[in-house]
Amino acid sequence: MATDGSSRRHRGRSRPGPRPVTNVAVALDAKQTWIAEFASSEPDLAGPAWLRPIRKQAIARFEAAGFPTQKHEDWRFTNLAPLLRVPFKPAILGRPDGVLAERLEPFSFGVLKTSRLVFVNGQFSPRLSYLRPLPEGVRVASLAEILRNDPGSVEKDLARHAKYEDDAFVALNTSFFTDGGYIEIPKGTVVEEPIHLVFVSTSHEMPTVSHPRNVVRLGARSQATLIETYAGWAPDVTFTNAVTEISAGPGSVLDHYKIQRESESAYHIATMTVDQDRDSNVMCHSMAFGAALSRSYVHTNFHAEGGSVALNGLFMPSGVQQADNYTRIDHAAPACTSVELYRGILGGKSRGVFNGNIYVRKDAQKTVARQTNKNLLLSKEAFVDSTPGLEILADDVKCNHASTIGQLDENAIFYLRSRGIDEEAARHILTYAFASDVVNQVKVAPIRIKLDQLILSRLPKGAGPGEGL
Amino acid sequence: MLEIKNLQVKVGGKEILKGIDLSIGRGEVHAIMGPNGSGKTTLAQVLAGRLAYEVTGGSVRFEGKDLLAMRPEDRAREGVFMAFQYPVEIPGVSNAYFLKAALNAIRKYRGLEEIDAMDFMGLVQDKAKLLGLDETFMKRGLNEGFSGGEKKKNEVFQMAVLEPKFCILDETDSGLDIDALRLVANGINTMRSPTRSMLVVTHYQRLLDYVIPEHVHVLVDGRIVKSGDADLARNLEKHGYGWILEEAPRPQPARA
Repeated sequence: MATDGSSRRHRGRSRPGPRPVTNVAVALDAKQTWIAEFASSEPDLAGPAWLRPIRKQAIARFEAAGFPTQKHEDWRFTNLAPLLRVPFKPAILGRPDGVLAERLEPFSFGVLKTSRLVFVNGQFSPRLSYLRPLPEGVRVASLAEILRNDPGSVEKDLARHAKYEDDAFVALNTSFFTDGGYIEIPKGTVVEEPIHLVFVSTSHEMPTVSHPRNVVRLGARSQATLIETYAGWAPDVTFTNAVTEISAGPGSVLDHYKIQRESESAYHIATMTVDQDRDSNVMCHSMAFGAALSRSYVHTNFHAEGGSVALNGLFMPSGVQQADNYTRIDHAAPACTSVELYRGILGGKSRGVFNGNIYVRKDAQKTVARQTNKNLLLSKEAFVDSTPGLEILADDVKCNHASTIGQLDENAIFYLRSRGIDEEAARHILTYAFASDVVNQVKVAPIRIKLDQLILSRLPKGAGPGEGL
Repeated sequence: MLEIKNLQVKVGGKEILKGIDLSIGRGEVHAIMGPNGSGKTTLAQVLAGRLAYEVTGGSVRFEGKDLLAMRPEDRAREGVFMAFQYPVEIPGVSNAYFLKAALNAIRKYRGLEEIDAMDFMGLVQDKAKLLGLDETFMKRGLNEGFSGGEKKKNEVFQMAVLEPKFCILDETDSGLDIDALRLVANGINTMRSPTRSMLVVTHYQRLLDYVIPEHVHVLVDGRIVKSGDADLARNLEKHGYGWILEEAPRPQPARA
């Protein structure tokens, strides 16, 4: 057993001075606004009868708990005040979204053939969506449509995996959501082509909020690849508060990608909860490039033996962006394996957070858990908080965690320069190389190529080092 | 080709090179020998352009140009190459990518077109064979997980591909077994030509059994205290550095 079993905080900072504390009054005001909003819009929120009490319980929990402040352990590095000060309004239902199909082209993956569901401000856009031929019994649809026509099929999953009890943003999403992706893969079915959910956030006169809600059910021994893309364009001021609930049946295989490319005037908070049954195998890739403030929370639970999960993350804020990453892996069953690899590349005056929690419960013997977070600071003013965490109650386990924060290696830069490569290109090559561990985990080649392009396009000024590194 | 005059260098405020004079003609191979701490590696690093070294006096001209005024990458593009004593490991960057980027940067500087992928592969395969490097090597991360011997071979391999005019070999023999030493020496000898000069920096004479220099210089305490031909290296091997230290003029004590 290679672990110290403790939670170790690792911080890299070069910016002195006290951290701003979330303004309690701002949080209270925002809370009252949301509660009033619910009271006025609740009668119009569609859905089956069983959903109404869930929405009401969720808003009640939100009212009781309010927005988290930085006194809350899980939020101590995230100042929500800038988000809470903006008077967001829900998108007007039924209004034409006005998004041109061409504008979505940069969010596709070259030659990769996918089914695609597009949601604009949380509402399904049939005009921008298309389905490729799918195996029999596979359902890829708008959640609103399922709730209208076949609510029974979603009742056992909706609000059953993502818990609103302890999370203000999940509670808000549960109270307000209108639509999102619904994916159901019957047992024994392999879906070869990826399914792509695209969430576009736009605003017109007023800052706009949306609460996409996705429900995914994988039957026993089924297999699928799912991509969630979050998109938007400056100067639209938007807030996307997304929740994805996934149930992975026995022996199922899921390759999940979340690619967050919202505009730098956007706010993005996303929660993903995965409940894993026996021998299921899940990969969750989380790539954060956009948004002024983003927070990705990935929460996976092993409920039966033999499961495996890989959490693979890259966050790459620059300028004044903040990119936060929270993960929680709950080993509640024996003989499960989790491998977590997160890398942060921070430029400008950006901030980033990695907070990883792994719980190994008393009966979860033969657990293997490995957690690594490495961070590269490209400027003296960039700043990252890294908190790897392991809590182990079983005694026959293999667990370890590691966290590093550093700059580019000057010896490596000199080595490249001494071979004729100029300094900027040398820095680009080394920065790209730093991300390669995470990118190489991506199994779908066109997605890997797209990620390469996104990383290269975000390297500080000038052209990237080219392809084929 | 290379003209070093009264070169003085400080590292971390400490004077390491105290006035080096050295002239290397076209096609010549010179060896610099000396005990540990004499300044051999400092000399190599300063010529390659390492920033941590502060030149406090003297000059270095390479083909008539002021070498010390050039950025490290421009020195490489002008034709200076240093085989590192401790090559850096860079995971995530393949040897192939790295070498192609380097080759193209140098070609661009010289007004040549980028090498195409087929020509590059052909060039690389020939040179790799020369050093006994297998095919998988090009796809591996740059020096990633390489043994000491593989790293040194990779340095000479890079040198063979980039075809510099002036090669600095910094302790290239250290850590090599006899088979690797022969391969590396053969690689170096294959590159000897009337238009290419070399500076071999070494503590031991071992490499010089295979790469026979025209000139040997002994560096002690930041100064060249003795110069000769290949016999000088053999004498050093036989008798050690002691007798040179005895013979060497003592530095004058500083006076206020």
